[in-house]
Amino acid sequence: MAMEKQIVLKDLQEKFGSEISKTDLQFGDDILHIKKEALIPIVNFLRQAPYEFTMLLDLTCVDYLGEEDRFEMVYHLFSLKNNLRLRIKTRLKESDLKIDSITSVWKNANWLEREVYDMFGVEFEGHPYLKRIFMYDGFEGFPLRKDYPLRKRQPRLPLK
Amino acid sequence: MSFRIQKEARQESMLLNMGPSHPAMHGTIRIMLELDGERILNAELEVGYLHRGFEKTCENRTYFNLLPYTDRLNYVSPLINNLGYVMTLEKMLGLQVPEHAQYIRVIMSELSRISDHLTCLAAMAMECGAFTVFLYKIKAREFIWDFIERTTGARMTTSYVRIGGVRANLHEGWREDLIKAIQETRTVLKDVHALLDKNKIFLNRTRDIAVVSPEMAINYGWTGPCLRSTGVYYDVRKAHPYLVYDQLEFEVPLGERGDNYDRYMVRMLEMEQSLRLIEQAMDKLPDRSPAQELNLEGIEPAEAIKISRRKKPGQKIKLSPNLEGMEKENYPLILANDPRYIMPPKEDVYTTIEGLIRHFKYFMKGHGIRPPKGEVYFSVEGGNGELGYYIVSDGTDKPYRLHLRAPCFHIVSALEEMILGHYIADVIPTFGSLNMIGGELDR
Repeated sequence: MAMEKQIVLKDLQEKFGSEISKTDLQFGDDILHIKKEALIPIVNFLRQAPYEFTMLLDLTCVDYLGEEDRFEMVYHLFSLKNNLRLRIKTRLKESDLKIDSITSVWKNANWLEREVYDMFGVEFEGHPYLKRIFMYDGFEGFPLRKDYPLRKRQPRLPLK
Repeated sequence: MSFRIQKEARQESMLLNMGPSHPAMHGTIRIMLELDGERILNAELEVGYLHRGFEKTCENRTYFNLLPYTDRLNYVSPLINNLGYVMTLEKMLGLQVPEHAQYIRVIMSELSRISDHLTCLAAMAMECGAFTVFLYKIKAREFIWDFIERTTGARMTTSYVRIGGVRANLHEGWREDLIKAIQETRTVLKDVHALLDKNKIFLNRTRDIAVVSPEMAINYGWTGPCLRSTGVYYDVRKAHPYLVYDQLEFEVPLGERGDNYDRYMVRMLEMEQSLRLIEQAMDKLPDRSPAQELNLEGIEPAEAIKISRRKKPGQKIKLSPNLEGMEKENYPLILANDPRYIMPPKEDVYTTIEGLIRHFKYFMKGHGIRPPKGEVYFSVEGGNGELGYYIVSDGTDKPYRLHLRAPCFHIVSALEEMILGHYIADVIPTFGSLNMIGGELDR
């Protein structure tokens, strides 16, 4: 039978109580704020039965310029069996812009993490091929950061 | 500049470059292949040729102004993109859309889904050599686009779905047009089934080519027809019903093997279900009453403004034909009754000071739609799969962050693995069956 989201959140609190800073509910979506070190254990735990969050729906980043922990990683998980969505968030400091890669858990994380690296400059430790995906090699800066000007132009690269 | 594949290349193998301007690479995408004869040993994809900074642009536009940008994501089914964005915002604002508009939205999104599938399969069939199929399918799509054009005023970049409802009521005589489009599409589907289903050439190119297991599809985050072709039952319309989909009857076709042929077949069967949905929605919608007809007689807007300085004009106002379907009489049918989030009717703008103020407040920077602080994720079933928007609002009239979950981003990321061990010729139907849309993939 389908599992209630309250049970998932309760089990997580019991298992990873100290790693979860808070849980939140916004516009009907469940949000879990965690410490960045606990990311891999938590997603591996959620992937197993009976929770079976087998799908990584989305992975992105938000830049809160001016805040102490500037970057926020956002993971959307989905459980096909229980028809549940869960949002996991963790904050990164600008001085230590690194987080464990989840490419070993989900294959689509490969491109999604490349996109975040391309747009925000977050380094994913353990990523097999961390390379810009949309922008070209030699592009300077990270376009989706809030301090990157909207209309900034960059010189053309010479043809090789 | 160095690519993984160039570093790994062996002396006895050959490197081949497909794209970015290869006729079979639908949008613009580059596939680098390492070949042993014609067999693919290794592949690498390069995307981003159509990257235009959609997300960055949206962060600098107001919620109303960024709507046209969503048309240009999946340019074959723009109405679903509009719908996904608008419904995400409606979830934030808590708007209740009138039932009439919800049925119009269902009709429009199903028409878009059909045109999306038709385009995908037309291109796929053409690349396999079936040019007749291409022509038939594009012909059917033409009838669908004619209908969309008559109501929305545009063929591709429609911006028809608006916050709180839709832009205008369906056009005069829409029922006959829609019935014709459905009939034509049914005929074409029947013809295409006859041409391709048991065609030896087509079967050789698609059967058991690029087989994807359900586990692999889930691991890659596949959704939509591609996921369902592997036999996994997941459709956003069934799992998280939105609009009035829970009141309509339809089935979710599933594949068995997850190969190219199943992806073709699931799309074909899905179109039939979409036609069923349109017919059900059509029966729920009443014909237009005479009061909703375009008003060609009456006083000119300029004169109405002049009169309204002293008294209410008390006469009908002659509106531009561009505004057909959005007269004041249509407003209760097409838009939510919440003056904070919807545009005032033009009749009010021309004749009352309150309407004029509302109009300016709606469009002025810093005064328009300002959702509460917070973040929201909402998804609809797009042509390719789960089309999700993630919006972070900081309480101003511009989104702080808008992220699109593009279904084909996840699907195309599996291509490298899917084509390994197959022949070069298999790349083409495999790539065609994934329905890669550059605008959505590269954003």
